[in-house]
Amino acid sequence: MSEFWSDVRQIASEVLAPFQGMARVGVKIIEPTTVLSYPEFRRPMGRRARWRHVLNRYDNGMEKCIGCSLCAGACPANAILVVAGENTDQDRKSPGERFAERYEINMLRCIYCGFCQESCPTGAIELKDIFELAEDSRKKLIYTKEMLLVPDPQLERID
Amino acid sequence: MSELINSPVWRDLFVNSADNIPWYAEFVRSLLRFVIALAGGLGSVPILVWLERRLLGFWQGRLGPNRVGPFGLLQPLADALKLMMKEDITPTNVDKTLYYLAPAIALVPVICSLTVLPWNSSSDWGAVAPHLNVGILFLLAVASIEVYGVILAGWSSNNKYSLLGGLRASSQVISYELGMGLSIIAVLLMTGTLAMQELVHSQTIATNVPIPDSNYSVWTQSVSAGFWNWNIFKLFPFGLVAAVVYMISMIAETNRAPFDLPEAETELVAGFHTEYTSFKFAMFFMGEYANMMIVSAICVTLFLGGYTAPWGILGQLPASWTFFPSSVLNFINHVVIAPAWLFIKLYTLISFFILVRASQPRLRYDMLMHFGWKVLLPTALANVVLVATSMALQQLFGAVGHFIAVGIAGGLATIVMWVAYLHWKARKSGDEASRLPIRRESVVRAIAARMPVED
Repeated sequence: MSEFWSDVRQIASEVLAPFQGMARVGVKIIEPTTVLSYPEFRRPMGRRARWRHVLNRYDNGMEKCIGCSLCAGACPANAILVVAGENTDQDRKSPGERFAERYEINMLRCIYCGFCQESCPTGAIELKDIFELAEDSRKKLIYTKEMLLVPDPQLERID
Repeated sequence: MSELINSPVWRDLFVNSADNIPWYAEFVRSLLRFVIALAGGLGSVPILVWLERRLLGFWQGRLGPNRVGPFGLLQPLADALKLMMKEDITPTNVDKTLYYLAPAIALVPVICSLTVLPWNSSSDWGAVAPHLNVGILFLLAVASIEVYGVILAGWSSNNKYSLLGGLRASSQVISYELGMGLSIIAVLLMTGTLAMQELVHSQTIATNVPIPDSNYSVWTQSVSAGFWNWNIFKLFPFGLVAAVVYMISMIAETNRAPFDLPEAETELVAGFHTEYTSFKFAMFFMGEYANMMIVSAICVTLFLGGYTAPWGILGQLPASWTFFPSSVLNFINHVVIAPAWLFIKLYTLISFFILVRASQPRLRYDMLMHFGWKVLLPTALANVVLVATSMALQQLFGAVGHFIAVGIAGGLATIVMWVAYLHWKARKSGDEASRLPIRRESVVRAIAARMPVED
């Protein structure tokens, strides 16, 4: 007989389970949510967050990129195009022999693996935590060198 | 103003009963009904979508859409705009005629069925609200046309997921319509009428009031008699059983969670509307939500007293407020308060279904069929028989007859529950491997050897 009542208790708990679930979900409507509203509140990202690339400069305003194309070679998605140009003494863009005349990254192909950053010998390319990358056309998602370069610290100082 | 209201044309258009009006008045009334149905049906879809997303958000510990407009109220409009702007893709190998026809078939019957829904009982506005004397039959007939749209969409899309979704939808709707129909029959037995307006009257204090200055037509004014007179509490517990069966089959009928097998995302991409984009998809979407509203409205009308208040005093302004002219008082009572109660009940019910969606997991397909055919249908059938028994016994023995019927029902329920318990026990303790069509050891061996399962 005790077996019967334990069975009854088990069946009752199984029958009541959906209603218990509904009650549990239902009371959430009066509980305050812990949602952080995004555009107003930006949670700081992790130190190693890998999002959009930037091209760094030295403190004196020189570009770090020397146009070696190692990043393009390392890229598994073939998203990077580098066309190197020769530096001259009159017009020096980077400390090395050459500089990147064109530097384009197709953000639609990029898989944010960070191999370009690893392969860069001068630390020019770096994946930062800039993550708002939506655009309304494919053309706009091919980022050029002007968009990727960080502002010149020398020029900023003049301003 | 009073000349206009008392003019014969106005009386033909809005006052006189449907048997005594010229053809143009009939036409105008039909048009008005259709406009009201369109506005009420399609106009409430954005509100419904917003409500569902907000409530789901809260119940899942989120906020839901709260950006566009106050409280995110304009979010559905923005979504609708986006849907219309989207590229309209027609896949190459679809059956073009059916492919274009399917969304319309899914949407139009829903709007049609909204036209026979009673939303007040006034004389001069109630004439616009419908007086179809086979209302509930019409609703059942029209509501089941909607599934043709789903099946045709699944078939014409030339896509296996769509086809599976359409097939699932058809078998599910057919299975659950039986339980639904039988639970409605129980109500029809209690009330003895098919007309929607009279179904509401039967749950209220209805009085026949002759229309002044005319000797041929009367209108029935219903005043709430309290919620204990609603069909859900009538012939307790049979009304309640019918209501519960109706509500469960209504969720299944509208393909909503936990019965959303036809569009189960994890199994079928999006089911029957996988291949639909842009406005054609929007039509399915609107049809689905409007259908959800119409079945809830039928539920309210059948079981929850329709447009009447749960308490008589809440249903109308006090007659002592004489600083309003009587026509204004009448207008507020019948055109503001009565539909407001309908909407309050409707949205309470819908919120409950959203809660069900938020908390219940989706059924497996064989469980769904098992539940529809082996649980819901017999319950509804027994309920119909017991309602009939109760009414017959009440004719013989008076009020005691109902208690005899309840006793029979209790005995039946005990027997069924005992048998179910024995089954459950046998299943719990029984040798499960012997009930499987494939011998368990052979399966284990085959898996261990990574070989196809034999026998």
